[in-house]
Amino acid sequence: MTSPHRYIPMTEQDQAEMLETIGVSSVEELFRDIPASIRYSGTLPMSGALDEWSLMRHLKQLAGRNADADTAVSFLGAGLYDHHIPAVLPHLAGRSEFYTAYTPYQPEISQGELQAIFEFQSYICELTGMAVANASMYDGATALAEAAALASAHTRRKRVVVSRAVHPEAREIVRTTARGLGLDVVEVGLRDGLTDPQALAAAVDESTAAVLVQSPSFLGTVEDLAALGTLAHESGALFVVSANPLSLGLLEAPGALGADIVVGDAQPLGIPSSLGGPTCGYFAVAEPLMRRMPGRIVGQTVDRDGKRGFVLTLQAREQHIRREKATSNICSNQALLALCASIYLSVMGKTGFRKTAELNLRKARHAARTLGGLEGFSLSFADTPFFNEFVVKLPEGTDLRQLELALLEEGFLGGYDLGRSYPELAGHMLVAVTEKRTREEIEAFAAALDRLTRKEALT
Amino acid sequence: MSQPNPTPERLAELRLAGSVDVKPEKALIFEMSRAGREAFSLPPCDVPEDEELAELLPNGRLRRNSASLPEVYEVDVVRHYTELSRRNFGVDNGFYPLGSCTMKYNPKINEDAAKLPGFARIHPYQPEESIQGALELLHTLQDDLAALTGMDFVTLQPAAGAHGEWTGLMMIRAYHESRGEARSKVIVPDSSHGTNPASATTAGLETVTVKSGPDGLVDLDALRAAVGADTAALMLTNPSTLGLFEEQIVEIAEIVHEAGGLLYYDGANSNAIMGIARPGDMGFDVVHLNLHKTMSTPHGGGGPGAGPVGVKAHLVPFLPKPVVAKRTDGSYYFDFDRPQSIGRVKSYYGNFSILVRAYTYIRSYGPEGLRRVSECAVLNANYMMARLAEAFEIPYPGVCKHEFVLSGRGLKAYGVRTLDVAKRLLDFGYHPPTIYFPLNVEECIMIEPTETESKETLDGFIDAMLRIAREARETPELVINAPYTTVLRRLDETLAARKPVLNCSC
Repeated sequence: MTSPHRYIPMTEQDQAEMLETIGVSSVEELFRDIPASIRYSGTLPMSGALDEWSLMRHLKQLAGRNADADTAVSFLGAGLYDHHIPAVLPHLAGRSEFYTAYTPYQPEISQGELQAIFEFQSYICELTGMAVANASMYDGATALAEAAALASAHTRRKRVVVSRAVHPEAREIVRTTARGLGLDVVEVGLRDGLTDPQALAAAVDESTAAVLVQSPSFLGTVEDLAALGTLAHESGALFVVSANPLSLGLLEAPGALGADIVVGDAQPLGIPSSLGGPTCGYFAVAEPLMRRMPGRIVGQTVDRDGKRGFVLTLQAREQHIRREKATSNICSNQALLALCASIYLSVMGKTGFRKTAELNLRKARHAARTLGGLEGFSLSFADTPFFNEFVVKLPEGTDLRQLELALLEEGFLGGYDLGRSYPELAGHMLVAVTEKRTREEIEAFAAALDRLTRKEALT
Repeated sequence: MSQPNPTPERLAELRLAGSVDVKPEKALIFEMSRAGREAFSLPPCDVPEDEELAELLPNGRLRRNSASLPEVYEVDVVRHYTELSRRNFGVDNGFYPLGSCTMKYNPKINEDAAKLPGFARIHPYQPEESIQGALELLHTLQDDLAALTGMDFVTLQPAAGAHGEWTGLMMIRAYHESRGEARSKVIVPDSSHGTNPASATTAGLETVTVKSGPDGLVDLDALRAAVGADTAALMLTNPSTLGLFEEQIVEIAEIVHEAGGLLYYDGANSNAIMGIARPGDMGFDVVHLNLHKTMSTPHGGGGPGAGPVGVKAHLVPFLPKPVVAKRTDGSYYFDFDRPQSIGRVKSYYGNFSILVRAYTYIRSYGPEGLRRVSECAVLNANYMMARLAEAFEIPYPGVCKHEFVLSGRGLKAYGVRTLDVAKRLLDFGYHPPTIYFPLNVEECIMIEPTETESKETLDGFIDAMLRIAREARETPELVINAPYTTVLRRLDETLAARKPVLNCSC
């Protein structure tokens, strides 16, 4: 017998008594059904055990080799933002009755989670202006891909039109998903940092299941959703909008502008960046699409005494009932992060949510004016509205990779190098400014950029 | 809560008499709103506010009506979510033998690790030089999981088990296509998880279901009849959802491989075999693990999880990109240069903070500790099965692995169903087992104790089950009307589905 472990209560006496009850003489006998030819006899070549203290020291050493947003001032967004997380949030989401529970299959002892999800669905409907929302998806990008799948199933069409202003990684995931389902993906180009409406009109036809756009776009710009939606609907395609939920504190609800499906990532709502995951996808639809939604949905009902309660519902869509005919294969979702988003929205409330969005806009606006005024810098889409992120063209010949490293030396996480995903925007930086950035930080960042991009600085 | 809690029996009496209301309805956060209250604290606007919002967001972009979020103050928020948490049951509250879900203890150090700023507050687009510690952790975890499963390479990108299934099937499809073969059929046993056929559909493949034999195992003749030139893969959970090890797995692998198909291992039940047998050695080509099961990461009330996928060498070119790789100088990087990749399946690099927890768990045990985990999980399950045989039918006697199934059909004679047994268990403070799954066992009760439960806990649960079986015979109405001690009694699921109310229109 190996030595005891703090997570395992089995004593030698327990083991002896249990084996006797079972009627076998050794633990080994319980594995007699595994053929000898495939038994593993050695010790697996894996990382070894550490005591609790040494393990934490090791983890802190690993973590300490990463530059984090506590030590560097972040102007990096591109889908994941450095927002303030209210102090109460981790305390409440960290209650282990929430995080150590499974999916709420037994509603009588899961009313807390079920009500929290019901409230999350309500919040998402309120922000997006849609009729119905689900309990969450893996992230905003997979939610967008599921929206394309839903649209194809609903319209019985096989073509998906995606704007190039959609997050590049989301477009990649849409393509992977489309390959699985046998859908064609067509990308539509940009004009002034927005989806080119003429190119969109040319790309959409009678075989188009959905038009997928993002607003605020990956480039930070705010689309004219009503116009794009009209183009989609003229050919009978569904109009799918991916939206940063925080922007909806100021931006018109996509549901009021013709969206049939609204998706996005709730990371800005109180979720840490954690190298990109876990975040929380949300998914909301117009009422006629309700029974085609992927994922869990919580509904209100009553118990035997007539008291209000909540249950998982419309399960006839789901994999555990419908198997190969399910609307999606999703099972686990991101419930704990949906809870974080709900707590965030409860804290911010009607006033705080709008104010946060306005702070983002105002501070980004100030940063854009400041950076755009630097010698050799220019704003790439100066006349296009944006939310909390904008594109700035750096002086000719700037090496963005070197610049990022130099900025980090000075305590800044610089913006995203757009040349990574838009060849025509090489030499352009996508700068994110949240409510946390002070005027001083913005101006210090501008000064650092100015200094470091002068020819002599990076050589 | 100042008076002593009444016993379940007393509550049952009171409830049957209709004279007790344990807890009032819980208000929605929206219903707590009072105009003018605030719970937020925001930095001041220290930049010019000279421009009109309507100028900055022209042409209908500016929102006309603010989202009507609740107006509450901080204590409201704290009490609301604290009360909701009290209306929820997690592993920290008690025994949770939910079969196939591996509800083991979620160690606290895992949570502390994930919260370290160097893990929680890093951005995927930071220069690679500034996240070397994170990349080292990911690279080590890839290697550790490959060793554990006997595979050649592991991707950490998938966000959950089903996501891993789809990823694996997409790779299998790409593999066959790269060889110029059109193979469209995925074979699954009738006891498989619902995600298996659903994942096949989303990967553009068709499902063929084969019936299990009378012993609950794959029927080799049925399998031989099902495979052919169109077989893309067999998906198998081993041990199966019945808790049985597929003893003929080597023959099964031969049958599928000879037909030109590949073997997919659904790792939901890996808690039975760590360090004891490896899917790679059984003949599987692709495997996913549910880190939120086997590796103790919390389920979060439904998620997040993580579903890494391991593959044998012939599938490595098709892995989703990027993968974490190591240079000869010891530094780590994201390798995007993978021309045959199926593409990206998840934003950024997967559910990183879940991966941190899983790595922490592995380092808490090491390989010998993990083997002991599986031994104890299997010992606990066999012990429970042996004791419960006194009152419940065991459809598949013999040894089980980490879980087993009972049939509750013997209680039907008294008008008591498996659902009623599950609801009665709530009164004794237990989360019920998985019920009515797998579908091929009548009135199925599927129990998975895990290794982190003591003999006293198992005995307490077994005693409750035996008592409920006795109640079913002697006082069936007591069981049929359960539960009595929960905040709500049984809920009307039909009403919820027939007249859906899916959000608060307040």
